Amino acid sequence: MSAPTVGRPHTRLEGRDKVTGAARYAVEYPVDGVVYAWAVQADVVRAGITRIDADAALATPGVLTVLWYANAPRLHSETNVDLFLLQRPEVHFRGQVVALVVAETLEAAREAAGLVRLDYDTLPHSTVLSETHPGLYTPDHVNPAYPTNTAVGDFEAGYEAAEVRVDHVYRTPAYHNNPMEPHAATAQWRDGELVVHDSNQGSTPVAQILAGLFDLPPDSVQVISEHVGGGFGSKGTPRCQSVLAAMAARAVDRPVRLALTRQQLFSLVGYRTPTIQRIRLGADADGRLAAIAHDAISQTSTLTEFAEQTAVYTRGMYAAPHRRTSHRIARLDVPTPSWMRAPGECPGSFALESAMDELAVACGVDPVELRIRNDARVDPEEGTPYSSRNLVACLREGAARFGWADRDPTVGVRRQGRWLVGTGVAGGSYPARAGASSASAQANPDGTYVVRINAADIGTGARTALWQVAVDALGVPPERVRIEIGDSRLPPAPLAGGSTGTASWSWAVSKACRALRDRLGDRPPTEEVRVEANTAPETNALSADRSYVRYAFGAHFVEVRVDVDSGEIRVGRMLGMFGVGRVVNPTTTRSQLIGGMTMGISMALHEEGLLDPRFGDWVNHDFATYHITANADVEQIEADWVEEDDPHLNPLGVKGVGEIGIVGSAAAVTNAVYHATGVRIRQLPVRLDKLLPRVTALQGQ
Amino acid sequence: MPEETERSSVTLAVNGQQHRLRLDNRTTLLDALREHLGLIGAKKGCDHGQCGSCTVLLDGRRVKSCLIFAVAASGSAVVSVEGLADGADLQPLQQCFIDHDAFQCGYCTSGQICSATGMLDEVRKGWPSVVTADLAAGPARLSEEEIRERMSGNLCRCAAYQQIVAAIRATATAEAVLR
Repeated sequence: MSAPTVGRPHTRLEGRDKVTGAARYAVEYPVDGVVYAWAVQADVVRAGITRIDADAALATPGVLTVLWYANAPRLHSETNVDLFLLQRPEVHFRGQVVALVVAETLEAAREAAGLVRLDYDTLPHSTVLSETHPGLYTPDHVNPAYPTNTAVGDFEAGYEAAEVRVDHVYRTPAYHNNPMEPHAATAQWRDGELVVHDSNQGSTPVAQILAGLFDLPPDSVQVISEHVGGGFGSKGTPRCQSVLAAMAARAVDRPVRLALTRQQLFSLVGYRTPTIQRIRLGADADGRLAAIAHDAISQTSTLTEFAEQTAVYTRGMYAAPHRRTSHRIARLDVPTPSWMRAPGECPGSFALESAMDELAVACGVDPVELRIRNDARVDPEEGTPYSSRNLVACLREGAARFGWADRDPTVGVRRQGRWLVGTGVAGGSYPARAGASSASAQANPDGTYVVRINAADIGTGARTALWQVAVDALGVPPERVRIEIGDSRLPPAPLAGGSTGTASWSWAVSKACRALRDRLGDRPPTEEVRVEANTAPETNALSADRSYVRYAFGAHFVEVRVDVDSGEIRVGRMLGMFGVGRVVNPTTTRSQLIGGMTMGISMALHEEGLLDPRFGDWVNHDFATYHITANADVEQIEADWVEEDDPHLNPLGVKGVGEIGIVGSAAAVTNAVYHATGVRIRQLPVRLDKLLPRVTALQGQ
Repeated sequence: MPEETERSSVTLAVNGQQHRLRLDNRTTLLDALREHLGLIGAKKGCDHGQCGSCTVLLDGRRVKSCLIFAVAASGSAVVSVEGLADGADLQPLQQCFIDHDAFQCGYCTSGQICSATGMLDEVRKGWPSVVTADLAAGPARLSEEEIRERMSGNLCRCAAYQQIVAAIRATATAEAVLR
């Protein structure tokens, strides 16, 4: 038996394919006779469609058909209203798909899409979220199934009695996931069966939902997603591209490629809701919290209720006897918001970790020390112990590595040439969960092994990590083990989301591999031996086990500098320390954590989805105007983790690292901006104009 | 199909191989590669020249192939990511991208590698960038800041930027581009 592979750095198995251009994504498979579809979007917000004129589009050379509500193939399931496409003459948000052109060439499809004429009866619309919106209501639960409101102790009394009180409203704008690969699909019908190459975070649920929509037996749909160009939540559940491509392919009886454009993504694949969050903290003079309240407002669409769990972060982060959280949402005439990297925890942590910084200033306590003082020993609402909680270890280790000691809390005083310099810290946490998965392991007479599981590698390194797990569980030389993922014909597995992928999938892989070893004994097989395992019994038992709460924790340390003349902000250094259980592959784990942290820089400084209230459309719907962090925006960034052996999670003891990297990261940046300039940013993003008056005044002193 | 007046004959030398295509005049170089030549290494991330995923080398210089009509590139030599490796032997830059984990989802990677290839050639030729301190001081020194600036036309949402810089530095050091 060779040395363990789990825990050792390993480059990606598909690395060679990705650096040579051989890796194929959803619309890159050679398909004979393929044609192209192009979506036509509504240019009104709320309306009934009164007339469609497709004559000019149909007359365009190369155009095969134009589909709309009257002639599109019928769909059979309305479970997901956002996917009930081209079925009704109604428009619920600007950008909704109202027609689909199919043509022999991409150029013809695109030209004809611009020639489809629609007439509408428009209705008044409401697209702006505010704390006074008349439509605000309390949803039954928040995503995915948390209670909407919680209360422990007597917040009002605890808050009123507190020596130091902080009461502020924090606002975050809409954010768009923007994976580098726009959502795309190639659909083919073969003898009544549907085969789709699709870009998604889990093709098992995509195949199930397509089967429902097209009224097919589940095993008549195959969805292949071998390589996926990022998702960040926006490909978590099926999106319109696979449904539209399948409809088009059925209508023209040809294979169809449909790639959404970058611009179309802004209204068609979900986004992070804007939030309005009021945080109240009551503490003694030493910063020990007595009362915490977090009241969050967000938006959803008229089609689907998506209630972001924005305040859930505050339920478990810091100790206080008196506490309360609430959520209210408004249904607006907007596209349906959805998951984006740490939905809830990400914007929620911006508010709470900013307020904690404000409390540190108000009490004159160092912000690292303040967080350590308020660390929770047990879950503050449930009273349940943590399976492991290493927030304090992350804060201490991070502070030591970053050089936090002796930090002067005075704001706006550190000059390096033309720059004002400051440092900031924030905590972070994210639930550690696992879902039921299946996997198979096969031994071949030639001594090789094949492990199969419909996991998705959207850039996480899942393929490599699961192969490492399989190698160890089989106890054979690595070169003898092959892994297959990304195909709904493989043993079904949950999607890559909620930082559950590695925990869920590795459990099934190790179970299948161990079962195979048990079956084989010491003898090499004389014929193919294949076993399949399903972890539903184990994960159900875990869900039912209330003896521990399970979270990953982290701490971010940031140094920024602000130009005294222009207000330009640079993040010079960023360090994230994390407690994420066992790390399967340090190479890809570090990359993923840094990716989350960088998206936090992007959230703090660059990204802001702007919706025009008059026309209900996303104004800055491309990379020229919706800015994301570029190479020059990242100077020194480092992620590492503390040793954490948590026996209460899953066989490998992994917590998942997809989201924890972004939680708290934006607050660490804005807390550093405050330290540098004295300007408190309670509405993201930081912009030059928010800093200029103050830095100019500091310059004059 | 488009009228014949809307189509043109286009000759392209792609990765050393001559191609003669009859293309819709609106076909971009990117779509010519992907949809007509089956070379899917160059990616379509935005189709507006804003993300860099479609970067290829056109007559030796890095370009965003989504912004160039194929007909306008007729007669040119194109190198896409598929043309970098010598058979089974990866270019040092490609190997460094693997070794430094300079990608996650891989969708921007072809563009990053083609862009870095072109960028290193620009540095060899002494071309300055906006962060080059002294334009009169001869060839630019390829600091991390220079690499970051020169690679900022290639977005990576997974944010492998630091690892991309490390991979390019390692390549440049080995090839003595770095002073």
